[in-house]
This record gives sequence, C-alpha cells and structure tokens, in this order.
Amino acid sequence: MDSSGKENNRNLLSILRDVQEECGYLPEERLREIAARLNRPLIDVCGVATFYRSFSLKPKGRHQIKICLGTACHVRGANRIVEETGRKLGINPGETSKDGKFSLETVMCLGCCAIGPVFVADGKYHGQVTPTKVEPILKAVKD
Amino acid sequence: MRTQVEDDKGLTHEGLKGLRDNILLARSQKIPHIVIPSGTCCQARGSSDVVEAFQKAIERHSLQDKVALRTTGCGGFCQSEPNVVIYPEEIYYQKLSPDDAEEVILKTILEGRIIDRLLFADPITGERFTHLKEIPFFQKQRRLLLSDNLRVDPTSIEDYLSIGGYSALSKSLREKTPDKVISEIKQSDLRGRGGAGFSTGGKWELCRKAKGDVKYVICNADEGDPGAYMDRSLLEGNPHSVIEGMIIGGYAIGSREGIVYVRDEYPLAVSHCKLAIGKAREYGLLGHNILGSDFSFDITISMGAGAFVCGEETALIASIEGRRGTPSQRPPFPAQRGLWNKPTNINNVETWANVPLIMKNGASWYSLIGTEKSKGTKIFSLVGKINNTGLVEVPLGTTLREIIYDIGGGIPGNRRFKAVQTGGPSGGCIPSSLLDLQIDYEGLKEAGCIMGSGGMIVMDENTCMVDIARYYTSFLNDESCGKCLSCSKGTQRMLEILTDISKGNGKDGDIGLLEELAIVIKDASLCGLGQTAPNPVLSTIRYFQDEYEAHIKEKRCLAGVCKDLIFYYIHPEKCQACLICSTNCPVGAITGGKGLVHIIKQDKCIKCGACLDVCPTRFSAVVRLSGEKVPEPVVEGVKVIRKREKDVNT
Repeated sequence: MDSSGKENNRNLLSILRDVQEECGYLPEERLREIAARLNRPLIDVCGVATFYRSFSLKPKGRHQIKICLGTACHVRGANRIVEETGRKLGINPGETSKDGKFSLETVMCLGCCAIGPVFVADGKYHGQVTPTKVEPILKAVKD
Repeated sequence: MRTQVEDDKGLTHEGLKGLRDNILLARSQKIPHIVIPSGTCCQARGSSDVVEAFQKAIERHSLQDKVALRTTGCGGFCQSEPNVVIYPEEIYYQKLSPDDAEEVILKTILEGRIIDRLLFADPITGERFTHLKEIPFFQKQRRLLLSDNLRVDPTSIEDYLSIGGYSALSKSLREKTPDKVISEIKQSDLRGRGGAGFSTGGKWELCRKAKGDVKYVICNADEGDPGAYMDRSLLEGNPHSVIEGMIIGGYAIGSREGIVYVRDEYPLAVSHCKLAIGKAREYGLLGHNILGSDFSFDITISMGAGAFVCGEETALIASIEGRRGTPSQRPPFPAQRGLWNKPTNINNVETWANVPLIMKNGASWYSLIGTEKSKGTKIFSLVGKINNTGLVEVPLGTTLREIIYDIGGGIPGNRRFKAVQTGGPSGGCIPSSLLDLQIDYEGLKEAGCIMGSGGMIVMDENTCMVDIARYYTSFLNDESCGKCLSCSKGTQRMLEILTDISKGNGKDGDIGLLEELAIVIKDASLCGLGQTAPNPVLSTIRYFQDEYEAHIKEKRCLAGVCKDLIFYYIHPEKCQACLICSTNCPVGAITGGKGLVHIIKQDKCIKCGACLDVCPTRFSAVVRLSGEKVPEPVVEGVKVIRKREKDVNT
C-alpha cells in the first residue's frame, strides 16, 4: 500500500478481493488491519465489505458452486437447479455444507445466457444443466 | 499544432502505418485460417478442447505452415457453439466435438471437401448452409462491431492493427482538434448504448467545457442487466476497439486518465482487457505523447464486486473511490463533479467501441444507418425461448419480428410467442401484438419499455408473466442499495404482493395497490434503479392483466410456472408403468411398481417437474395442471393392461 490516501481508497475493493482470495473469506482481524492501514473507521471498511455481494464475512467451503439466476436462466428453470443442488448438499444458497466441502451461491447473470441454466463448479462452467445433471457434476468435484 | 516527436519507445503516425504494413506483408501468404471462437460461453461448451484437438491434428499432419489457427472471442451465434469458421471461404461448422478436428483437417483443409454433417441446419426447414454469410442468423444482421470479433485474436494487438486498428486514433490526432472530434461524434448522432440514450457527443462536450485541469474518462463495463452480455463479448473479443475509443474520447475531452470499471463476474473480459492495455502501452498507444503527439493518456482497470446498482454513474464512481456503491443526487452531474470531484465522462462499452468506427468512416457514413433519431447499429442478446440464441447486431429501426423470426428462427418446439422482455430490470415486456414495432429508443419508450443495454429475453406460452414480474422485483429488491425508503421498502412491499399472488393468496385490489406503489417508488427514488423499478410490474399489468386475474381469482397459473398453483398428475390410462418417473423422482413421491399404474403422492410431491421431463413422449402420461382439482387417484395396486409397443406408437 502506498501512502496516497486516494490510491489506497481506490484500492479498497481490490485489497478486500485479495484477502478473500487468500483466506476464502474476510476474517475480522484482517478487516481491522485494513482499516488501521487505510486510516478509515472499521465500520466504514465493514460497510463496504457487506455492501458487495462478492465478499463474505463467513468462511466458505473448499469448493464453490455458483448457479446463475439471470433472466435467461430463470425462464429456463434455474430455480429447479438451485433446489436440486440444495437438496443434494443439504444446504440453502449462501450456506456451506457440514463437511466444509461445498459452498452454494446464486449469482445474477454470468453473461452466458445462450447456454442457460448455467452451473459453475470451481470456475468450470456447465451449460444447459438439468436437475438430473446436478449429481454427476457434484460427484466429479474432488478434493 | 502538434509536433511529431520521434519517441524512443512510442510509435509515430508513420511508424504505426509501417508497422501495419509489415504485419500485413508477413501475413500476405494466403493460407486457410481456422477460426475458433472461444469466449466464456464457448468455453463452457468445450471450445478449449476443440482448439487443442485442432492444434494436435495440425501438428500430426505437419501443416503448421499450411494452415493457421486462431482463437477469438465470441462469434455471436452462441447456439451453434463450439463452432469453427474456415477462411477465406467462411465455411461454417457448428457443434463440433474434439473428435471432429481430424476429419475437418483431412477433408476440408487438405481436400477441399465440405462435411455436411457439421453444417448448420435450419431448425424449421432443415436446409443446410455451407458459408457463414448464407446462414439466416447472420444474413439479416449488420455486424459493424461484432464481425471484428472473428477477425482478431483478442490477445494479439497485431491482429487488431492488421484490420486497421488504431488508425482512427491516428486520424483523430493528426487531422482533428479535440473540438472537431466532438463535433464529429455529435454529428454522427451516436447515443449512449448503456440504456438512457443520451447524446454521446453532447456528453463529451459538457465534460470538455467543465472547469478543471484533471478529468476522467470511464468505461462502464458493469453489465449488470441479467440476460445481457454484449459488453462482455466486446471486451472479451475485441478489447482494443474499446481502448481505442476511450483514447479518442480522452483526447476530445481533455483527460489524461481512463478507467475501465468491469464487473468481477467477467474474469475473461478482465484478463483480456488487462493484456490489451499492457500491449497498447508497449506500443506507445497509451502513455506519454501518444503517436508522437503532445497528448498523453493511460487506462487502468477497476473491478466491481457484485452490485447491480454500480452500473448507475454516481454509484459507479463511489465504488471506484472505495466506498459503498450508493448513488448520489444529480446535479451535479459527473460531467461537472465526478470521480474524486473532478469532471468525469462515463460511457458504456458498446458506445466506446462505436467511436473508432465513426472516426474512421465519418459521421455522415454512420448517420446513414438507423432511423431518424436513433443512428447506427445496436447489439442485442437474444436469449430465452428462442431457436437461434446469440448476439444480434442490427441497424436501429429493425422490427421485433425480423429479430425474433428472421434472425432468431422463432420459438423452439413451435410454441406460441408470448412476449419479449427488453431493458433488463428497468425495462418492460413487449407483447406479441407489437411484433412489428421498430426497435429504437423512441419506439421502445412508447411501448412502455426501454432500450437498456440490449438484453432481449424471449418468452413463450410456458412463461408466466406474474412470475417474471416477481423475478425482476425480487432482483431489484435485492439490489436496492437501501438509501431511499421508497425503493428499498417499496420494492419489498411489491414483492410481497406478487409473492402472494403467485402463491394463490392474491386479493381483489392487489393490482390497484401495485399500481399505486409504482407511482410512489418512481416519484420518490433518487436514482435510475428506483425510478424504473416498477417498470416490469407495470408493463406486465398493462399487457397481461388477464394472467394476474387468473392467478388472483381462479388460482390458476396458465403457464404452469407458479408452484403453489400447479400439480403434477399421471393419467392412469396412459401410464405404461415404465418406472422411469418413479426412479427419477428426487423425493420418492411416486408409487406403483413394475406393471402397476404410477401415482404421484400429492402431499410428498415437491413439484420439481422431473417426472414430466422424463416421461417418454410416446406415453405423455405425466401432465401439469393448474386451477382444477386433483383427480381422484385410481386405487393403488391396479394393474396396467399393457399395450403392445406397436399399439402405443399408433
């Protein structure tokens, strides 16, 4: 971090992104550290961290499942995919499975509307997913 | 007058021309080019494996000098991915698997034969087309921007230079003063492609005239509208065109710093954009004294973090400044006081990509395309219940019918077209009665919609309009930043009413209440998100009030979408006891074993529809019903009188 306040503030989102990439979420002590370094109140940094959907204050699972709920996916039945995945993992969107293996998230449009419903497992995109395809995709994710 | 300083690192105008000539000379040898589009969605369909298979096949036959392979961004015809285009003939092969690579190399490249099986076939007539330009999807388009996606490898600045890239920048710097650039853009009548349709030249002029020595130019790549991905495709497929547009804009406005604000859901766009900026710097097209002029300009990237509202200008600025992305009062407009309180000009990705085109070909050429008030082309993402899904670039003024039927190839399964939703969550639905509507800024506004960024979500008879209104309202309620009560609580209340209606708990007067809420939300909200939030509800009420009434009065969802109003039922006389539905039911709600009529236990059924999906069409025993009583089940254990296979087929 350089000394210029403007640059530091501009970088807040990317600092948070880096921390999240490193730890998988935003731990409290790191948020305190960032606030101190940027000379901003903690509540301010937390305010930013909680405003944006990409940041999480809770630890995530070892594997990230993202299901697109964009309009094109929605009209092609993305909700059924979310429900089926939730059923298979025993969790709701936003939660992490008990064994810590999977986190399930829904996202608003990944811009792959032509191949909806879209299911992303650890960054790998799967298109035209049907409820029956969910289980094989989950099984293919190995620790 | 600008001086032509020969810089050690940077190119001069002559140097740029020389460089281009050299690239073209090195490529003058005419060898076939295999182009494989590989955008995010192509990759999701396995284009990377196809690329690898072609690489291997070329090596295997030692054809490295006889054929060139190029991976590019999205070609637009997403339905046919993974596909390849073989130049110079523009032979178009679709839906390839890695195993096809060998055959394409052997037959088409070496022997010049066409492989029929890989050609695109019209879903209705079955007619096959050999060349890209013959395919109806492409034939009716005017692809001023998108066609370059197939001509350049986005990671190669040389490719962009070879098609005349950065010549518009050179021309602008050499021949025009900043004011002349602005008047050219104004004359072209280019309007913002991000949604509102404000005059781009006018916007630039405001920013140029604003007082201040430091000014910023921003590219808004926070493409948040669900169902729209043209900006992703441009940034992924041809990032230099956007960068070139921004440099020209920076020159015209008097800015030295540009920022691309891109959403973090687009990792490939970010990486291609970063790479392109680095390359442009290396060639001296960004940095000090660009092309030997006294104009200096550089671009950095700021990434969003998943907040739809950050597409709004003032929220976007807040986000770059490292704050919560909440919009602020306008005026002052960003052109007067924007990023770090300095004059700031924000344009959308597609707007920026149009700038080099206009500067290269002239405003008078550009303004020949389109309608009187809406000039140029617009890219739409044609998605949803449509045969030819993909990105469609047409002159403004094209009718909806041409887009959906001529280009889009109509609705799959011969189902009935119901509506098309444009403009994302701020837009509205256009019903089938308005199929001949000319799509331009004014036409859409009249129909109660907006252009938005260009998402077109096609809906058929199986789409429930109450559900669509509920979907968008839920989205907006989720994305409302919380600053204005009218928006955050207003959309919440709307969502509650819509949820009640879709659950069969709607009451008389609910429609009126929704309309009343809409007025308050529109009037009392600060930013565009709130002011347009009621649009999806209002336009569905306007055109599909009967559906709302069916939900409220008859507790019937005509499209069979709203779960609480539907049930699944197996016709005992059609069921052939094949066990397929019962084995696929995720909750074991289907009883009846081998040779016995299958029965859905309604109290256990979660209405996922798996049984309907898997029931063989030759039986069609499973049906989805709404608004009627569940028929009395046949007594369990009744044996099916098995029909012989040939009887079933007749």
